[in-house]
Amino acid sequence: MTETYQDLELQLLLDAVKARYGYEFAHYARASMMRRIRKHMSAAKTDRISDLIPLFIHDEAAFAHFVKDMSVTVTEMFRDPDFFQALRKNIIPLLKTFPFIKIWHAGCATGQEAYSMAILLDEENLLDRCQIYATDFNENSLKIARSGIYPDAELPLYEDNYSKSGGYTSLENYCSRGYDSIKFNGRLSEHITFANHNLVSDGVFGEMNLVLCRNVLIYFNNELQDRVLKLLIDSLRSRGILCLGRRENIQFSESSSQLETVDRPQRIFRKKV
Amino acid sequence: MPVKEVSPVERIVVIGASAGGFSALQTIFSELGSEFNFPILVCKHLGIGDEKGLVDVLANRTGTTVMLSQDKLPMYNGCIYMAPGNYHLQVESRDMLSLSIDERVCHSRPAVDVLFESAADVFGENVTAIVLTGANSDGAAGVRAVKEAGGKVVAQSPESAEAKIMPKAAIETGCTDAILDLEGIAGYLRQP
Ligand SMILES: C[S@@+](CC[C@H](N)C(=O)[O-])C[C@H]1O[C@@H](n2cnc3c(N)ncnc32)[C@H](O)[C@@H]1O
Repeated sequence: MTETYQDLELQLLLDAVKARYGYEFAHYARASMMRRIRKHMSAAKTDRISDLIPLFIHDEAAFAHFVKDMSVTVTEMFRDPDFFQALRKNIIPLLKTFPFIKIWHAGCATGQEAYSMAILLDEENLLDRCQIYATDFNENSLKIARSGIYPDAELPLYEDNYSKSGGYTSLENYCSRGYDSIKFNGRLSEHITFANHNLVSDGVFGEMNLVLCRNVLIYFNNELQDRVLKLLIDSLRSRGILCLGRRENIQFSESSSQLETVDRPQRIFRKKV
Repeated sequence: MPVKEVSPVERIVVIGASAGGFSALQTIFSELGSEFNFPILVCKHLGIGDEKGLVDVLANRTGTTVMLSQDKLPMYNGCIYMAPGNYHLQVESRDMLSLSIDERVCHSRPAVDVLFESAADVFGENVTAIVLTGANSDGAAGVRAVKEAGGKVVAQSPESAEAKIMPKAAIETGCTDAILDLEGIAGYLRQP
């Protein structure tokens, strides 16, 4: 009983948000979204999801806070080192056969993944032939990504990941330190374009050799996953490579028939001809 | 051969464990055997890479289907699903799991609170939550959510736990229906 009302209230809230601000959250995965909504309910001291409707409609700041919350920006340099090792060993040699290489990081959050990729490409003497497009729909995260500045408290974790990924030196060689921060060298960001792109409402990114969309689809329900997976595949050139997050699952998606598996544990796929 | 009809998931058991949890889980699952008719979801705090060993050992010991969870994995009665390292495990719907990389909760990802709260949200009174040994207070908030939704809460008796803090924190919420040792917990789960 209460459960059905909860669904109804959720639906009404998302409809209200869409009508007022144009943001579509209807196809986001439910459990993560409920977590966030509950957090806002407790901050606003309300018992019902529908109580958030007047709040979000009339208080733009409260809604902006919700959007920020909905966009989980958790990421790391060289997150899942085995994955980067697999890239280095098996995918880079493939990319080397192209005169020019286009890479898209969809849902790049605060950019750590894109910098990790730039470092890896640099160590493989490939960076000068590469253009990385790193996109997200969270403008706040993109701002941090463009700055390339991160708290230096995270450096030990980043160094550890980097070394486990098969890195050749030390990350300190790619950044400068000061004011409790690290800042990645401009030489890396010269090859990265950070841009706003919404996977729900924006279009294809053309003719990519490599697309990474890690830990983004998990926030979508099956229907939206399917739609976005198709968008990612359509953005690849023939035989282009697609990388997803380590525990992501496309077995149940219709578009997965357009992909062949390159490395199943690391979730690396290739677009069929 | 006729395909066995898949029965819908009516109720669910969620287990949280941290330090000392590996052997506690082995004991419970060996006692329980493979005859149970609900899914069991386990959040055990672990380092990345430890998960494979955990899944293999539990599967060998118990003869049940033990799986490392993936995002949007269908959930069946009689199977055990383990949270992977560095992801939160959640109940997405009555027949599906999901993962997230949201912020750590109580310094943990996977976190027991996240699993329990999502289970309470979807299954309401048809959740049994079990808090085992562990050295932090993850799970206490989840236990409250399960209780509020009408579910059942069981804590391992602190004197039987390798690390007492986690079951103690659960008991201190005042939401526990039973406090049992590991054999007792297996027996509790065997009840219809
Ligand atoms: C958990 S982060 C993943 C970061 C990184 N790819 C990684 O795996 O470490 C998820 C990112 O997806 C982004 N995202 C969520 N919905 C999106 C959408 N509709 N369009 C674009 N990005 C989105 C969020 O803003 C967030 O930065």
